[in-house]
Amino acid sequence: MKLTGAEIVLACLKDEGVEFLFGYPGGAALHIYDAVYRQKQVRHILVRHEQGATHAADGFARATGKPGVVLVTSGPGVTNTVTGIATAFMDSIPMVVLTAQVATHLIGDDAFQEVDTVGITRPCVKHNFLVKDVNDLAMTIKKAFYIATTGRPGPVVVDIPKDVTAAQAEYLYPKSIEIRSYAPVDKGHTKQISRAVDLLLQAERPIIYTGGGVIQGGAALELAELVRELQYPCTNTLMGLGAFPASDPLFIGMLGMHGTYEANMAMYECDVMLAVGARFDDRVTGDLKLFSPRSRIIHVDVDPSSIGKNVSVEVPIVGEAAPVLREMIALVRQRKDKLVSGVIDAWWNTINAWRGINCLDYDVSDELIKPQYVVQKLFEITKGEAFVASDVGQHQMWAAQYYGFDQPRRWVNSGGLGTMGFGLPAAMGIQLAYPKMPVACITGEASIMMCIQELSTCKQYDLPIKVIALNNRYMGMVRQWQEFFYESRYSHSYMDALPDFVRLAESFGHVGMRIDKPGDVEGALKEAFDSDDRLVFMDFITDQTENVYPMIAAGAGHNEMHLKPSRHGEVHKERELA
Amino acid sequence: MRRVISILLENEAGALSRVAGLFSARGYNIESLTVAPTDDASLSHMTIVTYGSDLVIEQITKQLNKLIDVVRLIDLTDGAYVEREMLLAKIALAKLPLSDLKVLVELFNGCIIDICQSNCTVEITGTGHRLDAFVEACGRTQIIELVRSGVSGISRGA
Ligand SMILES: Cc1ncc(C[n+]2csc(CCOP(=O)(O)OP(=O)(O)O)c2C)c(N)n1
Repeated sequence: MKLTGAEIVLACLKDEGVEFLFGYPGGAALHIYDAVYRQKQVRHILVRHEQGATHAADGFARATGKPGVVLVTSGPGVTNTVTGIATAFMDSIPMVVLTAQVATHLIGDDAFQEVDTVGITRPCVKHNFLVKDVNDLAMTIKKAFYIATTGRPGPVVVDIPKDVTAAQAEYLYPKSIEIRSYAPVDKGHTKQISRAVDLLLQAERPIIYTGGGVIQGGAALELAELVRELQYPCTNTLMGLGAFPASDPLFIGMLGMHGTYEANMAMYECDVMLAVGARFDDRVTGDLKLFSPRSRIIHVDVDPSSIGKNVSVEVPIVGEAAPVLREMIALVRQRKDKLVSGVIDAWWNTINAWRGINCLDYDVSDELIKPQYVVQKLFEITKGEAFVASDVGQHQMWAAQYYGFDQPRRWVNSGGLGTMGFGLPAAMGIQLAYPKMPVACITGEASIMMCIQELSTCKQYDLPIKVIALNNRYMGMVRQWQEFFYESRYSHSYMDALPDFVRLAESFGHVGMRIDKPGDVEGALKEAFDSDDRLVFMDFITDQTENVYPMIAAGAGHNEMHLKPSRHGEVHKERELA
Repeated sequence: MRRVISILLENEAGALSRVAGLFSARGYNIESLTVAPTDDASLSHMTIVTYGSDLVIEQITKQLNKLIDVVRLIDLTDGAYVEREMLLAKIALAKLPLSDLKVLVELFNGCIIDICQSNCTVEITGTGHRLDAFVEACGRTQIIELVRSGVSGISRGA
């Protein structure tokens, strides 16, 4: 039977098993929207801004591992998605973005609502397509899903002109597909894996450092098994939190700019480093010249271009994290007799001494709400089981530092692009995927304003998200840098006018709370999480002067960490020790 | 180091801009880039001349390989290969008499393809260095207009 292009789009989504389509209509997309109307399988979620659609699809993808799907109209509909596409691209999130385009005969004419979608999105997609013939439509959508979800995942844009959505073609969704120019690897090279295991077993000061790739690659169980088999210390990047349980004593915290003292020192002092699904990003490594000067590095990554990009690697392994780790586990078990007993104990003693510094310790107050305290209480009240979506800034770092994630896919944040405005729409995608689970959005009063309109979407679909605004009346992260590096000249890092968030939440049909005393924090959180059918916006008035510690200044080395000011002296002492 | 990279590319709209965009976005150097269809209508062939440290070249080839439209990539400089480039030049006859020019062009295995009262157009094919040498020999001031095609390369042997 022949279907129109628009019907084909929906048929493809159904055959792909797509549950949610995040979108916003417009002229060029009307045929597709009509097809959306005439079917029941795919649930369309009407956002309030196309950026919200991309972040919601992205949040859905991060929490579930399935691709997020977006539908927008041409021109401004497309340009509004660019931030969200770039956000997903930087963090390697599988996403398919269907964009409507003006009719083929108008392309290139500066037609109404025409933009060069393929050109505008090219640098921030894994791949993109313009479909000029309805007969290619199903195959192209199949390719888009295949490319988005395999190898190193990423967003794929399919641009569909309006006349193509009206034209008819025989519908056949291909079951499988092969692309001659695209062959993602899965298993790693056996010899390399064997070399890696030998190197690991002879280490005296080993560390296992993992990133978002372990989570995206569904390899958290394998990672835990390997780490426990070896009893080696494990650290995760901001993107990798939850890949290894934070409550396990073998976990030494997050590393990088705001990582723990023990994780960064261990990175600096280690002799063998196993990096899995991590990309040695500048926020992680600091000054490359000072980065882990004495270590021999094993790097496992599905993307060959990640390996050897920033640091030189002794054992490169191109492959999916899960099968590579499984092979490693098997070899470690076979060769475990090579582990020299006791050697690792000295290393753990050193690490435990660093741990003893208690770098995440913060000053408590009975007058001012400390942001760290709010996150700690959130952790306790949700028993560490909530999904936490975050925006970008200090609150993001405190969430990463003080909410111990024991499971993968629970921590959802924009690490690579650092997109303010990501948190709330991402939380929508998560809540839709897991309607019965607690979903928190940790945000700042500046970030939340960037996609605040999505509170309206949350009302339409009854999404009981708990918004936790750590309101310091500053763009705190900007203020922190200005305090440290610009002699406290706070240039435009605060807003002279802020809304009354309680009334704002209420006007959107939600519950608003304002909490300004430390004693009220716990009660408010309990009350909010008890109301499991309402969105509650909690406006926590926090200490304005609080900074994120530890901190490695951009471009400094892992051994040049700053603890909170009252403890600078101690750090120096420890540095000499180490 | 200078590298000659040969790429077989899907003959898709936008494939060229993906390659060019990669070089500009990541700050890699392009000395020349040539592209033309092959005898298989679905593929084009591209030769890129670039330079950079070994590390940069490794990234360039890895990033190019990552492009979905790239079917095959060979760094020709890794093995034996030949490269050719074509030069078209319009040369003023005022100071360089035609007889002298003819000798020069023959020496470079080229030919004169157009001639008028005050100037003539020559065509030379060879390696980049040889083309440089020809320009040198003519003398820059005699050359009214110069067009070079960029390098095409092919590996030697099987
Ligand atoms: C879209 C966007 N614009 C600007 C920035 C730069 N930036 C990073 S953090 C930050 C301040 C965030 O303030 P807020 O949301 O209040 O969080 P806080 O740091 O106070 O916790 C800014 C402006 C960004 N990351 N994203």
